[in-house]
Amino acid sequence: MAYDLKMRVWRGDADGGELTDYSVEVSEGEVVLDALHRLQATQTGDLAIRWNCKAGKCGSCSAEINGRPRLMCMTRLSDFDPADTITVTPMRTFPVIRDLVTDVSFNYEKARQLPYAELGPRDADGKRRMMQVDVERGQEFRKCIECYLCQDVCHVVRDHEDNKQHFAGPRFFIRYAELDMHPLDTHDRRQLAQGAAGLGMCNITKCCTEVCPEGIHITDNGIIPMKERVVDRKYDPLVWLGNKIGIRNKDNDGRTEV
Amino acid sequence: MASTDQGVSSPGRARIEARTLREDRWWVQPLVTFVVFSGFVVFATFRAFMGRDYYAEPYLSPFYSPCLGDCVEGASDFGQPFGWWPLSAALIILVFPLGFRMTCYYYRKAYYRAFWLSPPACGVAEPHQAYSGETRFPLILQNVHRWFWYAAVLVGLVLTYDVVLAFRPMPAEYAVGDGETSGVHMGLGTLLMLLNVAFIWLYTLSCHSCRHIVGGRLRHFSKHPVRYKLWTWVSRLNESHGTWAWYSLFSVAIVDFYVFLLATGTIQDVRFF
Repeated sequence: MAYDLKMRVWRGDADGGELTDYSVEVSEGEVVLDALHRLQATQTGDLAIRWNCKAGKCGSCSAEINGRPRLMCMTRLSDFDPADTITVTPMRTFPVIRDLVTDVSFNYEKARQLPYAELGPRDADGKRRMMQVDVERGQEFRKCIECYLCQDVCHVVRDHEDNKQHFAGPRFFIRYAELDMHPLDTHDRRQLAQGAAGLGMCNITKCCTEVCPEGIHITDNGIIPMKERVVDRKYDPLVWLGNKIGIRNKDNDGRTEV
Repeated sequence: MASTDQGVSSPGRARIEARTLREDRWWVQPLVTFVVFSGFVVFATFRAFMGRDYYAEPYLSPFYSPCLGDCVEGASDFGQPFGWWPLSAALIILVFPLGFRMTCYYYRKAYYRAFWLSPPACGVAEPHQAYSGETRFPLILQNVHRWFWYAAVLVGLVLTYDVVLAFRPMPAEYAVGDGETSGVHMGLGTLLMLLNVAFIWLYTLSCHSCRHIVGGRLRHFSKHPVRYKLWTWVSRLNESHGTWAWYSLFSVAIVDFYVFLLATGTIQDVRFF
């Protein structure tokens, strides 16, 4: 069943812009990105949209729909009343390039600051071995499609531009957690996570988890375990004493702080 | 905030005046949290400072357990090492469960949103000009959560003991029928205390610090099968940590209020056997 959808789309660039009203014909089963594509094809040929897979796997079409960070390709029109007006804006945490396209290079800069995995020596036969049970915890974080909706919604940088310099954000906290849980990695990033990456800035209000299109438990399985690991390293005198007198497990042996 | 050049209106970002474009009732959840938590704080503060009506044999209010100050007869099952304490005995012990909840990862989320509006809801701009998170005093003290968890386990054990005592035979003057003074006793108070301690344990054992301590800190689960098993159990409980936080908050208040009603003679205990 086709109907005319009322849309408000932010049009503009870094110098300014505004929400502009449109009406576009849509059909049953379509998503917000379909509506925007039809708008682009029939009325606004210069509407800038970043998109790629239309399947929720490339993380390109991140935007804010009725004020909520979402993937445009995964937001069904059937979730809204046909009489509703759907408002689409670019992500409000990153600099806008044009219309719905933002400059997300902040995230690539943060990725570069994160020391990659440094594995220990290979076994005698030249192989490396890991037990499945030891790696599966980190595999949840590998589902990340780097849509940066979690970075967009995080109030630490969304509401405080000045924090961007000292805060890596939830996408990279799960990367820190993934590597810290890695059974073979030899880097100890706990100090780095708390210091340069700004893990302590996170006040675990869980918006990152709420918006994650992959359903990754960013806060419960990534950020909080990482915070607890930092407590082990920095704030727990019992752990420190246990390490000193050698009664703690040797799980972190062989790691060097980066 | 949105009218300035800060936050979501920072230079370079899309110029949108509204602090949020959300059209749903995003304010309901923080408002409910604010009202309920405030109500609990007022009630708990009032009851903690009362210093009376916390014991109605065999029931002891969880706010006063263990009763280590100058408590009424029968309430102190662990002696009165703080008998010199001039204020309410609840104040000696409440700091531990209070600290546990104040530093709890779930409660932090709830009160940062509802009380500090940081942020009030996802995608809704917060009203503060500056933000340093949990990096400075006093919020850096949130990192001591695991210490309060250790204390909360002890308090949980004491509350469990209280439930056992709530099954004990009642003295003759409480008898409401033949044979009431011997054998096991159970009343509505016992049932409420039993439910309360169940919720307290579910809340305590589902704690994120507990999850870390039992096994989460490991990098090699394969070398620690028992701790891995414990971690998987706690992880399952942990998914509902917020639910247990709410249930146990209500249950502890209900038990205290029930004991208060009994102690003041407002109602009589409902006896099952």
